[in-house]
Amino acid sequence: MSTPPTAPAAPPATADGSSRTRFVHKLWLAREFGIVVALGLLVLVTAVDNPAFLSPQSLRDLVLGAAILVVLAVGQTVVIISRNIDLSVGAVLGLVAFATGKLLSSAPGTPTAVAVGIGIGLGAVCGVVNGVLVAAARVPALVITLGTLYAFRGVDHSWAKGRQINASDLPRSFLDLGTWTVLGVPVLAVIAVVVMLLVGFYLRSYRSGRELYAIGSEPAAARLSGIPVGRRVFTSFVLCGALAGLAGVLYAARFGTVDATVGTGIELQVVAAAVVGGVAIFGGSGSVYGAALGALLLTTIGSSLAVLRINPFWQQAVVGGLILAAIGLDRLLAVRAANRLRGRSSHGA
Amino acid sequence: MARDTVAVDVAGPPAEPTAGVLRSALLRWDTALLVVLAGVAVVAGVLVEGFASGRNLQFLLLDVIAIALIALPLTLIVITGEIDLSVASTLGLCSAVMGRLWVAGLPLELVVVLVVGLGAVLGAVNAVFVTRFALPSLAVTIGTLAAYRGLAFVVLGDQAVADFPFSWTDAASSTVADGAVPWAAVVTIVLAVVFGVVLHATPFGRSLYAMGNNAEAATFAGIRVARAKFWLFVASGAVAGLAGVYWTLRFASARADNAAGLELAVVAAVLLGGVSIFGGRGTLLGVLLGVLLLGAVRNALQLADVAADTLNVVTGGLLIASVVVPNVVTMARARWRRRSRTP
Repeated sequence: MSTPPTAPAAPPATADGSSRTRFVHKLWLAREFGIVVALGLLVLVTAVDNPAFLSPQSLRDLVLGAAILVVLAVGQTVVIISRNIDLSVGAVLGLVAFATGKLLSSAPGTPTAVAVGIGIGLGAVCGVVNGVLVAAARVPALVITLGTLYAFRGVDHSWAKGRQINASDLPRSFLDLGTWTVLGVPVLAVIAVVVMLLVGFYLRSYRSGRELYAIGSEPAAARLSGIPVGRRVFTSFVLCGALAGLAGVLYAARFGTVDATVGTGIELQVVAAAVVGGVAIFGGSGSVYGAALGALLLTTIGSSLAVLRINPFWQQAVVGGLILAAIGLDRLLAVRAANRLRGRSSHGA
Repeated sequence: MARDTVAVDVAGPPAEPTAGVLRSALLRWDTALLVVLAGVAVVAGVLVEGFASGRNLQFLLLDVIAIALIALPLTLIVITGEIDLSVASTLGLCSAVMGRLWVAGLPLELVVVLVVGLGAVLGAVNAVFVTRFALPSLAVTIGTLAAYRGLAFVVLGDQAVADFPFSWTDAASSTVADGAVPWAAVVTIVLAVVFGVVLHATPFGRSLYAMGNNAEAATFAGIRVARAKFWLFVASGAVAGLAGVYWTLRFASARADNAAGLELAVVAAVLLGGVSIFGGRGTLLGVLLGVLLLGAVRNALQLADVAADTLNVVTGGLLIASVVVPNVVTMARARWRRRSRTP
């Protein structure tokens, strides 16, 4: 009945439920905080070496580069949280980017909003294919999306037949999407942030969003407690596909040059961004904010190495090391949290 | 209860033992793959000019050897419920180091030994993360996939080392008795027999299925799960290193981006071969048939002038069909059985 020995660190043990949620909340906060610190340190070191790194133009390039990866990482997070994975996002991005370019070069009068809508729709259709195969045929997502990764990419190649769409084929109004700024912030980055906030709000405040976490924590328990697991997983794949489609449109707008190889291998960067951002690869925990920060961190590493005149070949190795460090750290935090919770419950008993 | 069993027996065909054995053999995944492979070979042999030649068989085998090699240890790893996505990056790093060491003037015999050893070390790094720190192998090997490929670029940049002695590069594609079967394929088959015996005929192999089905139960049954997985990852790295040597000599070029993306092809072949991604199920023969089937289909379509990149649709379609069809059949059969039992 005395105060617990860990009193200074732990909140008052009067209301056990609220203190635990606050503790979990704190842990959650700490995880994103860690990425922010890493990002801050990286920017600081780079800026000390070369102050031009913090010039408005340089920062603009940085967020512009991160925007597409952020959109993809947000979609991927929704899928990973429910203990699935979508490896086909790179192929969907490539397919939609080419489709958008094709549409706009053959019908230059198409309004940009319509092009964006069609791109999102096409991405969602790809997501439906993934979702139906995963949810209805009850086949692991890793296998299905590995298959559709090949299939979508193959469709892209057989459609493009080696041709390339150039910026000169695309209407000016569409390309403006990639260069416009609002109050000095690129529109692409604004779109990415809006997507992140919307999906973050959905996951946190909607019943179906919270159910995705339940499914990822323990699918069997989620099913027994009446959650329509198949339907939720299906929806998460459609959402992820739609966001990959949006990313494809943004890619076409930003680069203007599109062929069938666009986005090859980006799926691993996306998964890496989510994992670095603290999204557990086996579901049930993580946030889109973490994933977005992870994407920003990965992009920043690329530009920092260039500014610091470090051999750019180091970039990928550093990213790999970062992934290992991130999952190691998550494991450490989880073990520590489990120990603390176990200590508390044995104390109570 | 007893009546139920009787009803099922009556519903089935007359219980002749030979018929039962035959039927279960026909329903096995390996057999189905063999039938499909034979079908592809016959159809391609008739329709595609040049498919049924000895020279084409040689090229087909040379093309699938790297995938077949890497698939051997990966099969065992997936059966234990883990995965290794870093194999192609290990191959790339080993290839880059091989080029670097050769340029530095080391004898090629020593270089090969060192490179295979390096592969084993890279596998051991994966193994430590997976077994010692108990991290999910999917996440770990995505990390090392990036890290090893990155290190390959650090070692060799975007250069290529191509001045390997002709006697060595020639050996990589030379054939037994000047026939159609490359020596490298013989080495692969020998290794396949070794891995096959280990998996299917030793207590160690049986224990891999046990831990794939339920790692906790396997631990309680006295199986050293962590130790087994550790050595499987080491084997995976070493074989990937060997595949790196083969790849480098076959294409007479050590490059940092050698075999980039090959991990997806290998995983696709393993899964097509009937290994469950959840572990606990699969055979080595099935995987080899899966490798050959993917290789034969791609080869035939390439000869038929289908663009290489378009073939991805076929690879993806085969992979999806290989997991969806059995599942749907099982579900449909369960439904049919339930319905036939209710009246």
